[in-house]
Amino acid sequence: MRIVPFLITTAISTALVITLNTRLTIGGNEAPAFGSFLSPQHGFWQNAEAVSESYTADLKFSQLNGKVDVYLDDRLVPHIFAEQENDAYFVQGFLHSKFRLWQMEFQAYAAAGRLSEILGNKDERILNFDRNMRRLGMVYAAEIALQQMNNDPVIKSQCDAYTAGVNAYIETLTESTLPLEYKLIGYKPEKWNNLKTSLFLKYMSYDLAAHDDDFELTNAKSFFSADDFAKLFPAIQDSLDPIIPKGTIFEKQKVFPVAPAQADSVYFNSHDLAVSETSKPDRDNGSNNWAVSGSKTKNGAPILCNDPHLGLNLPSLWYEVQISTPTFNAYGVSFPGAPGVIIGYNDSCAFGFTNGGRDVRDYFEIKFKDDSRQEYSFNGQWVKTTFRVDTIKIKNKPAFIDSVAYVQLGNDICPVMYDKSFSGGKNTNNKYYAVRWKAHDASSELKIFNMLNRAKNYADYSAAVTNLHTPGQNVVFAAKNGDIALRTQGEWPAKWKGQGDFVMPGYDTSYLWQGMIPQDEVPYQYNPERGFVSSANQKPVDDNTYPYYLGRDYPPYRGYIINKRLNAMTNITPQDMMTLQTDNFDAAAAMSMPFIIANMKEGDLNAAERKYYDILKNWDCRNDVGSKGVSVFDVFWNKFDSTVYNDEYAKAPKVIMRPFFSTLVEQILKDSAYKFLDDITTTQVETLADDVTAAFKKAVPQLEKLEAAGKLDWEKNKATRVNHLAKLAPFSRLNLPIGGGYRSINAAKVDHGPSWRMVISLTAETEAYGVYPGGQSGNPGSKYYDSFVDQWAAGKYYSLWMMTKAQTGDKRILAKMSFSK
Amino acid sequence: MKFFLSLILTILLRFAPCLFLPWWSVAIAAFVVAALIPQRPFKAFLTGFIALFLLWGGLSFWMSNNNDHILAHKVSQLILKMDNPYLLVLATALIGALVAGFAALAGSYLRKTK
Repeated sequence: MRIVPFLITTAISTALVITLNTRLTIGGNEAPAFGSFLSPQHGFWQNAEAVSESYTADLKFSQLNGKVDVYLDDRLVPHIFAEQENDAYFVQGFLHSKFRLWQMEFQAYAAAGRLSEILGNKDERILNFDRNMRRLGMVYAAEIALQQMNNDPVIKSQCDAYTAGVNAYIETLTESTLPLEYKLIGYKPEKWNNLKTSLFLKYMSYDLAAHDDDFELTNAKSFFSADDFAKLFPAIQDSLDPIIPKGTIFEKQKVFPVAPAQADSVYFNSHDLAVSETSKPDRDNGSNNWAVSGSKTKNGAPILCNDPHLGLNLPSLWYEVQISTPTFNAYGVSFPGAPGVIIGYNDSCAFGFTNGGRDVRDYFEIKFKDDSRQEYSFNGQWVKTTFRVDTIKIKNKPAFIDSVAYVQLGNDICPVMYDKSFSGGKNTNNKYYAVRWKAHDASSELKIFNMLNRAKNYADYSAAVTNLHTPGQNVVFAAKNGDIALRTQGEWPAKWKGQGDFVMPGYDTSYLWQGMIPQDEVPYQYNPERGFVSSANQKPVDDNTYPYYLGRDYPPYRGYIINKRLNAMTNITPQDMMTLQTDNFDAAAAMSMPFIIANMKEGDLNAAERKYYDILKNWDCRNDVGSKGVSVFDVFWNKFDSTVYNDEYAKAPKVIMRPFFSTLVEQILKDSAYKFLDDITTTQVETLADDVTAAFKKAVPQLEKLEAAGKLDWEKNKATRVNHLAKLAPFSRLNLPIGGGYRSINAAKVDHGPSWRMVISLTAETEAYGVYPGGQSGNPGSKYYDSFVDQWAAGKYYSLWMMTKAQTGDKRILAKMSFSK
Repeated sequence: MKFFLSLILTILLRFAPCLFLPWWSVAIAAFVVAALIPQRPFKAFLTGFIALFLLWGGLSFWMSNNNDHILAHKVSQLILKMDNPYLLVLATALIGALVAGFAALAGSYLRKTK
């Protein structure tokens, strides 16, 4: 033995192994341990799924009570046939876990404010995100919801079976078979449990029912005069065609919210500044849905359509599935993380959702006796605080301990979300704000889907959706017996006019929510004479006749154009509905173009400006692929908005509400001498023509830049993308050739839009179509990872196959997975 | 002959148990083979190096090819900052080869007398 060379080479080998076994930080980013990551038998190569992969399997689980056969079709959609209902949920859990585990767990971590645990705290944003989620009371809300789930034996056993299925797959995992993202980020999956399902559902509430502008509006109210405020943030839009048509007679009002006596001085006219939070869900988390009755369709059967607009991600929020049991047979999209079909159809009817969008999250200013937060003032007395102490684990760092005060306001326990230690990154003026969020209340979202999946008729549908409290949704329904319906469902606080628009005083009972709108006062339509029902997040009802306050910000234009089109259509086919769902017509632009053209001072434009103005003038008001006119309009409108308002906002606080998009359109259509057109920094009085022309001149340099970069075509300018959940670019789909956008029915924005398009014709044998921008597999190494994206971008659909047991020999079947005891 | 025997043995020793053992068992396999079958140090190094170059390179290429290189396109952009699946196969082969080469070298010195 040659001792010296032996020792040296052994040392080199060992050092090499240790280095390659360590997660190194390269260029500020943590890289995977290259040894295990590159090892073909352990690392990422294992996730390079063969394109000819056969998913055929014969699996035995002692948790099952009967047999379950799963047929995976050529789009990798599972058709689950179970002898026992709960076995179907076990298998659904298993399949979600097999195809989407990393995503499911990541979403549950995010909901629970645990991202620091896996991502570390490279910058403050991750810890702030976690603290924000916890201080909002996400875990608190999920625990309350779990309690409710446990009280219902049907839902409890459904969840238990689902969780067991998820875990049955997790138990099969080895280092080699871990989903790719675990290998990249460097952690391992936990066991699933029912609380995680509950957390995921609360995350949907966060996404859909946690949007408010209370702080921004409070600051706007403090900064502007009452008169200006009313003109900047009007509650009424003239273009509104509400979900429940004007003229509908409502149930007699039973709850009478009363504004506090000093509301004018203490609340409406108070000029205290508030703060804002850092992140909030997209304000356009909206959707379209409608159903037309047989009287308007070619074959006489109702057609139901739905396209929920949500953040576009890979892996997708949705997972397509058919569940067939002795008790029901349903097809549609499911949430990886929860049992059942969420949006879809069964053998009798179809159902879909759009977001209700009402403000169900309000803030109350709390007065503590001192900084210890031990006692707060309420109704003239000092009341003891309770505390929830959160330990936020941080990867490679000591844990962060956050103690959040909970105060009792009337009957509600509310977390003091913002205090001296947490302002969401902004100055709190050393104030304390408690949050009252409807999602804190007990509710059973899973019950709705459980009941809808087996609904046979209108009565079943109504019984199902009245369980929906938060997030409130406009639930559309159509059945084979010819019924159509839409309920603006939810448990909504009955508010006095203006309640909760701004931060409210939290020192006595007078400003608290005084009750909920009774379920029999929920506005709805059932087989209306006009032959259709529809919703697109516009204001649900006419303010003049509906007794309760509904807030201010609802997008009116998609609803306006959908109703106009549906009114005019007859002999409708499913193909017509697909054309409508993917329609790129820009209603707001069409309303604005006449006043733009009438007021443009063409003589003031130079040759370069005239070139772009010609493009705009000749534009057909469609946000189509290849359209340059919409890019010109879009840039112009931004400049127009800033030309009109920036002078008034010049000295405003940084956190402040800007007028909604619809405000400028509506106000000018109403009054061409709109007060804000004048530039208050000049001595002369600017007119609409001045502002239109000035804005256009300001837009041109930006348009020239866009054109030079080859991005004047709308789809290149907009560059719609579907991001990987961890924002890894190679796992995302960028620059998709798709038109539409914020102002179109086809609301495909940059990274947000129609997350599932569905058209269901309720003929004797259902004719169904659907597509989502993703793929059934969550594995970036699978050909099924993004296989639907191009089809979605092109506005094309897949025919949805409600498989029957007689079709087991169909050539669409790719593989069979058998599950038994 | 010894060279090929060592080569095959390293590949086999590496492939079969490594379905269950951690990735760094490549080093142990190369070390053991080099210690069992005496070769000159350079040859031993070459044996380990080539064995794992072939094994890791071959395996990763085969898997990637079956995958139409879908994943290698993406991971190469992530790790190598360029879209080149073959370079990723090469990087994989080289990493395995280096580890096995040095381990084999150490193994050969264990047996080698002056």
